[in-house]
Amino acid sequence: MTEDTVKYLPLSKPKIGISGKTGSWRIFAPEINYDKCVKCYICVVVCPEASIFIENDRPKIDYNYCKGCGVCARECPVNAINMRRER
Amino acid sequence: MMSERKVIIDTGNSAVAYAVKDAEAKVIAAYPITPQTTIVEKIAQFIEYGEMDAKMIRVESEHSAMAAIIGSEAMGVRSFTATSSHGLALMHEMLWYAANARLPVVMAVANRTLGPPWNIWADWGDAMADRDIGWIISWAANNQEVYDFTLISYRVAEDKRVALPAMVNLEAFVLTHTSMPFEICGKEAREFLPEYDPIWKLDPDDPVIMGNIFSPADTMKLRWDMWESIKRARKVILGAIQEYNEMFNRDYEGLIKTYRMDDADYAIVSMGTIGEEAEVAVDALREEGLKVGAIRINFFRPFPREDLVNVLNSVSRIIIIERSASLGAYGQILQDLGPTILLEKLQVDVNDVFMGIGGTDVSYEDIVNVVKRAIKGELKTLYWYGSENW
Repeated sequence: MTEDTVKYLPLSKPKIGISGKTGSWRIFAPEINYDKCVKCYICVVVCPEASIFIENDRPKIDYNYCKGCGVCARECPVNAINMRRER
Repeated sequence: MMSERKVIIDTGNSAVAYAVKDAEAKVIAAYPITPQTTIVEKIAQFIEYGEMDAKMIRVESEHSAMAAIIGSEAMGVRSFTATSSHGLALMHEMLWYAANARLPVVMAVANRTLGPPWNIWADWGDAMADRDIGWIISWAANNQEVYDFTLISYRVAEDKRVALPAMVNLEAFVLTHTSMPFEICGKEAREFLPEYDPIWKLDPDDPVIMGNIFSPADTMKLRWDMWESIKRARKVILGAIQEYNEMFNRDYEGLIKTYRMDDADYAIVSMGTIGEEAEVAVDALREEGLKVGAIRINFFRPFPREDLVNVLNSVSRIIIIERSASLGAYGQILQDLGPTILLEKLQVDVNDVFMGIGGTDVSYEDIVNVVKRAIKGELKTLYWYGSENW
């Protein structure tokens, strides 16, 4: 760096580390009942942590990052998601 | 090919709009407030008529207006907003955000008094409340300067050695709604102002977190970097102005403009339209045999310390005229010039005169009156013009 340039910026690079795995914050875990699921994928859209993704046409929850907020269960139009107490 | 450049007669607010169009800003977000409104109205018209390819975001407040262009600028897109008075005050928090995130947005501020009482007329107080944040701040004295300073502000703000936002001030009504001739550069402006090439941007392919928690020690380094960057901006402004002068036949001196200072014993220091009016006063005073010159601060941030010292070191008295006051202290120009006088050990007398506050008219005759009394030693150091009658 020369004298003439900006040296410091308020930026950081996101990394996946143990502290980033926010699934450990969870008290209730969402569970999808695939017999009821109609594959509308509303849960995928509404998940505030983007922890629900689509795999083989079906919604799937990434428990590494799901904080257990319950938005998916609340929004599921066919009540296919149940919140189970983990601890 | 015919030159794109042409002289038009229009208001200061239109001058801002033409500069933003010629800079080819791509995102504009603003909330209306007198006397700024016609700036964004004109830009909205350019977009509607297909003369400008940009997105106008209508927002519910000035705080959101600045937040919106912080977002677009962070995506690497040249952005613009304009506001005034209470709107600028509401935006205050986001002004820190733009500067600290090193996002070179440009904003026009139509200087207006803050209420109560309800007052829509000129006063520098609105912008003065934001002078310590790290914004590059200029004050225009006529519509040509309004246009030119807006383009120069983009160039300087986006320079990789600076990377800080810039504010162009134009006084309410005296400039915002007053028509006068000025030359616009049209597409040639882009020869002076290249494509915006940000020092950082939000990019999904190379994600970064902006504004994450930093330790006190690292934060101090960030502030030091901003301190150094805005200091460097002086050099960058001088270089940009020189290039602009050559390209478009202007004669800007730099961060300040001097008038008949060569043999002056007394110097009037001011800014904006009062600074230009002071030049008329200088001519009148010279006719009476008084060796008075005038200095107009074009760029208030970075504060032009060196430039001012170079012209003030030979005068015996400085008469500062301020359109705002730091209540409980001094006028803001004296607040910044005072330490310079002290550190440079200038042997001068100083009068700090408050004129034009709340939008009162300041004619050259008022300035002549004040300067003559100051030279005779009849004026208090801190003087509110006309206050002996209140």
